[in-house]
Amino acid sequence: MPPLLALRDVEARYGPLRALHGVTLEVEEGEIVALLGANGAGKTTTLRAVSGTVRRGGRVELAGRPLAREGPETVARLGVAHVPEGRGTFSELTVWENLRLGAITRRGRLDGDLRRVLGFFPWLDGRRNQQAGTLSGGEQQMLALARAMMQRPRLLLVDEPSLGLAPLVVAEIFRIIRELNEREGTTVLLVEQNARHSLAVAHRAYVLETGRVAFGAPTEELARNESIRKSYLGY
Amino acid sequence: MLGVAAIRRPRTPSGWIVPGLLAACCVFLLVGSLSSSLFAQQTVSGLANGGIYASLGVALVLIYRATQVINFSQGALATFTTYVAWQLMSWGLGYWPAFVLTLGIAFVGGIAVELVAIRPVERRGNVLTVVIASIGVLILVEGAVGWIWGSEVKFMPSAFPARAIHVGGVAFSLQDLGTIGVSIAAVVVLWALFQFTKVGLAMRAAALRPEAARLVGVRVSWMLSLGWGLAAVLGAVAGMMAAASPSVLLQPSMMDGVLIYAFAAAVLGGLESAAGAVVGGLAIGALLNLLGSYVSWVTPQLLLPAAFVLMLVVLLVKPSGLFGRTQVRRV
Repeated sequence: MPPLLALRDVEARYGPLRALHGVTLEVEEGEIVALLGANGAGKTTTLRAVSGTVRRGGRVELAGRPLAREGPETVARLGVAHVPEGRGTFSELTVWENLRLGAITRRGRLDGDLRRVLGFFPWLDGRRNQQAGTLSGGEQQMLALARAMMQRPRLLLVDEPSLGLAPLVVAEIFRIIRELNEREGTTVLLVEQNARHSLAVAHRAYVLETGRVAFGAPTEELARNESIRKSYLGY
Repeated sequence: MLGVAAIRRPRTPSGWIVPGLLAACCVFLLVGSLSSSLFAQQTVSGLANGGIYASLGVALVLIYRATQVINFSQGALATFTTYVAWQLMSWGLGYWPAFVLTLGIAFVGGIAVELVAIRPVERRGNVLTVVIASIGVLILVEGAVGWIWGSEVKFMPSAFPARAIHVGGVAFSLQDLGTIGVSIAAVVVLWALFQFTKVGLAMRAAALRPEAARLVGVRVSWMLSLGWGLAAVLGAVAGMMAAASPSVLLQPSMMDGVLIYAFAAAVLGGLESAAGAVVGGLAIGALLNLLGSYVSWVTPQLLLPAAFVLMLVVLLVKPSGLFGRTQVRRV
């Protein structure tokens, strides 16, 4: 069986600027995989190449199905939920409308999905009619995750969920990502600056360096290897 | 951290100005109408005009919110669809069947215009090119109307009898009341579509944050086409109501003036707010009509410039309009 996500020599550019110089990696069904690396290494662009928010070269395959010119709306319909940097929350809409948007491509009632998602974020229930923009930063990040879960994704792409949030909130968010993976078997590809957090939650990690994969390994191995930790992960 | 924070809108002194102004306006119209039957009649016929401005204004807002562009062809498209309605009726169709059929044609036509004329230039991502394209559509459609139907004035039947009903000694024309009712109904139906349906939610999401909407699977470009279709439907309602009003009549340039009033209504409402355009349209319709009938030196020729001046003043003093959204945001 092919891996859920496979990238072979994936390239991407913003105008004349090349951001990815041939990224090759795989994500198996049920895994949490972290993408690490310095600023500008191409972590965010890798996620964008998967979801189709940047034009991609090379091969991207989702469960064996090649993604060529497919744009983000098509990739989303194939079961990929992308929580972008800055969360992509619709701040002018209510919490409930944001959640409904997660399931916008599906027919039928949403009660079951809502119950599922509220299991992870019980506090959302009482605040359905609140305007999303009035939530705190951490709450908005959680709403973005909740919206992604409403999509019932096979693959969840999460970009820098800890950005600008208090440590306690960050811990809570990583706990939820792990729980989602364990309870529902959702596959996660996670971009995170904070190597300590991402290594704690991920099964495997890839380290990107200037638009290429420098190496990839199970997280225990990375954590054990002191020279890698010092030179790439900075702790 | 996750506690429920009380959200309160900051109450600045200027926060009272707009509600105060609106309340004063309502009181003025109400007291005037109760004390003089002429005033009451003029108010109602002004509101009828206002309903027309409001529906065309909401059409402008609809497209502005989705693309940040003023659609200059909105009036011409409305004229075209009104001629279509006239044609259907002159072929023997009853008023309401022709009305409904015209709305359908307008919907398809609006989508077609977006696909053919707007989308190809919109890809370039420049607002100015889209504006120019919409002016091109205006010229083309107005030319087509003159070419197909000629430039002489035609008689557009009305859905409502040319009678008046008497309430407390005041005669209200059924035509005026019907026009108010139909335009308000059109706007309310549209609002409900946006507020309560899935496709409405998808359209709002596409207009607010196209990138994020695509990430949840919304086909944003379809939503834009749909928006043009709905705007054309509202325009058709406005056109059919306007053509039956004695001050406009069915002619190729009939919506030119109406479009200016609709602009003024939309600007007064802040361009982003459909409710603002409705209130703005009704206010402009009522107040200008009263101005024209009570101030002797204000001739009908001065009303259009007056609307323009109002628009300029709003843009200079409060560009966000009466209903410009002030939002509480935490990041």
